Amino acid sequence: MIEIFYTIFQETYKILFLLLPLLTAVAMIVWLDRRVWAFVQKRRGPNVVGPFGLLQSLADALKYIFKEVIIPASSNKVIFILAPIITMTLAMIAWAVIPFSESFVLANINVGILYIFAVSSLGVYGIIMGGWASNSKYPFLGAIRSAAQMVSYEVSIGVIIINVLLCVGSLNLTDIVLAQKNLWFIIPLFPMFVIFFISALAETNRPPFDLPEAEAELVAGYQTEYSGMMYAMFWLGEYANILLMCALGSILFLGGWLAPIDLYPFSIIPSPIWLIIKILFLFILFSLVKAIVPRYRYDQLMKLGWKIFLPLSLIWLILTSGFLLYFDLLPTN
Amino acid sequence: MIAHSIFFFAFAFIAIISAIMVTVSKNTVHSVFFLILDFISISCLFIMMGAEFLGMIMLIVYVGAVAVLFLFVVMMLNVAKQSNEWFKSSSRSSHIPIGLLVSIIIFFELIIVIGGWKYKPELVNNSINSVSSEITNTHSIGYVLYTDYIHLFQLSGMILLVAMIGAIVLTFRKRSGIKRQSYFKQISRERSEGIELVDVKKNKGVDIDV
Repeated sequence: MIEIFYTIFQETYKILFLLLPLLTAVAMIVWLDRRVWAFVQKRRGPNVVGPFGLLQSLADALKYIFKEVIIPASSNKVIFILAPIITMTLAMIAWAVIPFSESFVLANINVGILYIFAVSSLGVYGIIMGGWASNSKYPFLGAIRSAAQMVSYEVSIGVIIINVLLCVGSLNLTDIVLAQKNLWFIIPLFPMFVIFFISALAETNRPPFDLPEAEAELVAGYQTEYSGMMYAMFWLGEYANILLMCALGSILFLGGWLAPIDLYPFSIIPSPIWLIIKILFLFILFSLVKAIVPRYRYDQLMKLGWKIFLPLSLIWLILTSGFLLYFDLLPTN
Repeated sequence: MIAHSIFFFAFAFIAIISAIMVTVSKNTVHSVFFLILDFISISCLFIMMGAEFLGMIMLIVYVGAVAVLFLFVVMMLNVAKQSNEWFKSSSRSSHIPIGLLVSIIIFFELIIVIGGWKYKPELVNNSINSVSSEITNTHSIGYVLYTDYIHLFQLSGMILLVAMIGAIVLTFRKRSGIKRQSYFKQISRERSEGIELVDVKKNKGVDIDV
């Protein structure tokens, strides 16, 4: 009996060791996002609270906590409250399988990539539930837009993941990283990396694909009726999802925790730091795109997803498998 | 082992309760949400049985794609009017006997299958490929699916394709007189096509855009 409690305690400790840095990182990443955005537009951005404005997100969080949570009278209350909780929970649980080094992973499961794919495809429910339960026009329109967008871009992300899996021969995330020991997949699969990056922007509702919350057309989309801590939970979930997509991109294409060259000055830096550097690099790309690109129109978004990305990634899939088959490089185990 | 059975009963209980709630709940959207909960708990049961690939595919396909489309259709209905008249209306209750008939048939089929499994195990075991525990679940499915059952697999793909084309043909309407944008045309426009110089005569004006 003691052993069971010991195991539970140990696992809880591990989970907290992952979740607390993650939540802190989400708060910091919001600050970074705003700073990069301001830098591109020649503004200063948040620079008052704390050194370099580092504590701005904490101040915002404090503000959200003390604000009143308003639940609209005509809303469907249970689903209205459940929606932000689901968004945030799903954004957190996906991190369970992300490997930070060869041994440092919470759950090293066989179907890790499928797990991440499944959890990120569940993420759409938080948005649909929030939009529908608000019982108002703008949130509903935003929710419908977002659902269609996320379902469409998941298809091309799935095909891109299959491309990588063909080169690895395993669904385990640790195996995927170890397969890139000699050559990161960004070099042979560079077009797929570009498409993955753009699809990840669309999947996480980031600009230029932030149509679900296009403030000029839909007020704030599915978040319109939310306030206080419930709004902050949507927001946390969104940024945790963005970080997850960056982590997925660096695991699939940038060699995960591996150092670029296995030589002296690079090899003494611990593996989790490398993964964090890669995640930060992708995130800065995300926020640069936010600052410099105007918003897409909805029909163009759908056209890009279904008529350009899907055929292109399917063609690349055929090319990859043909190449691997012809040169007898298919992984066998 | 105790933890295993506790989790099994928890997921099975949630699955059954939510399956009942799908039919009973008055709001149609709530029904769909319970259906999603049902899918999720069933995929948890799959994972507990060691079929992690099936469980994940169940999540991705049913919850991630099929149920979203369900929800889409159901949500388009009016929110205020959504109430399930299943148990209340007494005048048009002809669907209840049919539903009972179908469920009784399914019940007997289940009894036959489970009884056969229990008392004549060789009937069932002959047809099932044995799954060895050395290779992972995903590998063993791949080995069977792309070798012994490749024709059935391709055939089911063809059936899905036919269904998809059928749905497109049924709903596709060719409408004329719609202005469409094509960005190749827009980008490849030259100055000579876009601008026309006209000599305007005195007191005559110009015809714009015939």
